[in-house]
Amino acid sequence: MTHPSSGEALAKPVPGGLGRLLDHRVLLSIAVLAILPWLLPSKALAVNVLIYGVVVMGYNLLFGYTGLLSFGQAAFFGAGAYFTGIAIGRYGVPWFAAVAIAVFLSTCLAALIGIISTRTRGIYFSMVTLALAQLVYYVALQASSFTGGENGLRGFTVDRISLFGLQVNFLDPVNKYYVLMAFAALAMWFQSRILNSPFGAVIEAIRENEQRARACGYDVERSKLVVFMLSGAISSLGGCMLALHLSIVPLDILHYQTSGMIVMMVLLGGARSFFGPFVGAASFLILEDVISLWTPHWQIFVGAIFVLFVLFLPKGIWGTLLDTLGIGKARR
Amino acid sequence: MSGELLRAEGIGKRFGGFVALEDITLSFAAGQLTSIIGPNGAGKSTFFNILSGVLTPTSGKLHFRGRELNSLPQHRFVHQGISRSYQITNIFPDLSVHENVRVAAQALTVSFDIWRNRARLTELHARADAALDAVGLLGKRGDLAKFLSHGQQRALEIAIALVSEPELLLLDEPTAGMGPEETKDMVALLERLADKRTVLLVEHKMKMVLGLSKRVVVLHHGRLLADGAPDEIRSNPDVRRVYLGQSEGYG
Repeated sequence: MTHPSSGEALAKPVPGGLGRLLDHRVLLSIAVLAILPWLLPSKALAVNVLIYGVVVMGYNLLFGYTGLLSFGQAAFFGAGAYFTGIAIGRYGVPWFAAVAIAVFLSTCLAALIGIISTRTRGIYFSMVTLALAQLVYYVALQASSFTGGENGLRGFTVDRISLFGLQVNFLDPVNKYYVLMAFAALAMWFQSRILNSPFGAVIEAIRENEQRARACGYDVERSKLVVFMLSGAISSLGGCMLALHLSIVPLDILHYQTSGMIVMMVLLGGARSFFGPFVGAASFLILEDVISLWTPHWQIFVGAIFVLFVLFLPKGIWGTLLDTLGIGKARR
Repeated sequence: MSGELLRAEGIGKRFGGFVALEDITLSFAAGQLTSIIGPNGAGKSTFFNILSGVLTPTSGKLHFRGRELNSLPQHRFVHQGISRSYQITNIFPDLSVHENVRVAAQALTVSFDIWRNRARLTELHARADAALDAVGLLGKRGDLAKFLSHGQQRALEIAIALVSEPELLLLDEPTAGMGPEETKDMVALLERLADKRTVLLVEHKMKMVLGLSKRVVVLHHGRLLADGAPDEIRSNPDVRRVYLGQSEGYG
């Protein structure tokens, strides 16, 4: 272990050789995502990695960085998708505006659920988020004239989009991938900004020691609410991407199984790591693809692998890799 | 009184049917080290938790620099100038030593800013390092806090409390669980601190308390038993009966 001598570089946080790469984590992550369609067997899989990566990244802000285990993140994923679809299909809103509206409304939903759930702690928080997310599920199921009920939301196909005066065929998988990647890049930039900000330090302090954070002078409850909303906003953007990608919104994405999948993805990839959510989403989706070819009971195997990860690789694939390379012990 | 910093007026605290504190009236002047002692269960920690806003008293009033604190939520106490350490080590284990103190310094200025880069708030880094220097931990600034020794963690806790430049520093058994060597370092640190600011100390180690404090307050069964200079306390028959006479250190 090396320490800076006390006179110099006092204003600098913890140093590190390879750790410098973390200063460019957004650009590096974008670079990896840019070549992803050619690394994976199909473009459809790559798009799913993008979408779930963004959803899980938003969740990572809440679970990984703040230490709040929510079982209801599907509510915001679904809300983003439904609001986008309804705005385009029912009200004829242009696609880009629809995404902005959907993220805004989903953030409001996160505020509502957050106000109730962040008053509770530990297992109660998990249960309240689960219950409220299921409430959202049943609202979507019942309000079928808006949402299509159990058939899912249909009838809002986005086939051509105009970008800076250019007409782009959105049905082409490569075009679609890169348009959606721009959203993922935006989300990553925003998340990185939050993590580097003073507020990013507050949520880490709350994760590490809530009582101490309060004694230091932080309004812990309000901070939790704010991070809950930020997390919901980022995850909802993943929902918007899903709606644009599929041109339908299946009711299933609001189900608690989706919330569970989000938790599994973040743990597989590595909670508290910046790129871990994308690694987790990719690993989960590849496992699902590969194992479901052999057996319809793929979930048994994914479940077993998940348990092994929790027991032996608690930092997930990406977190363990970074540790092994000695990158960024204090921040990644 | 001109130099009065903190006044507790008829403070009482009940937990259900149990009376933890009853009618405590005390005034603390600025710029001295006062110790609060008493056998286990005397109400010392409860009193400390009230002074730092963790608990709200069931009766009585708390005034700090003329302002009433009763209705204030705990996280506002630091902003008023009251900062504390805990009996059981209470740090941010998975953050670096430097970040432990830096984040505490940050609490007084920015908390909901999601835009600026915190690495550029250089003033906070400098203040954190100054506080680490004051407790002798500057050389460990890059280590994760959980890897420090017990004594170093206790010192880190004081740095966390100190970095807010509190007018009143509340220290809850800063030498708890320490060996003789570590205790000696801590006593030296406490003496340095007491030179510059008002310190309230809860301690079990009698010898240390009597040597260190200008004033000693003795609690017993939630009531005020004695209050005076160390010499008066040493010779007070009530104190000898409930506390000193029983055993050397741990009442």
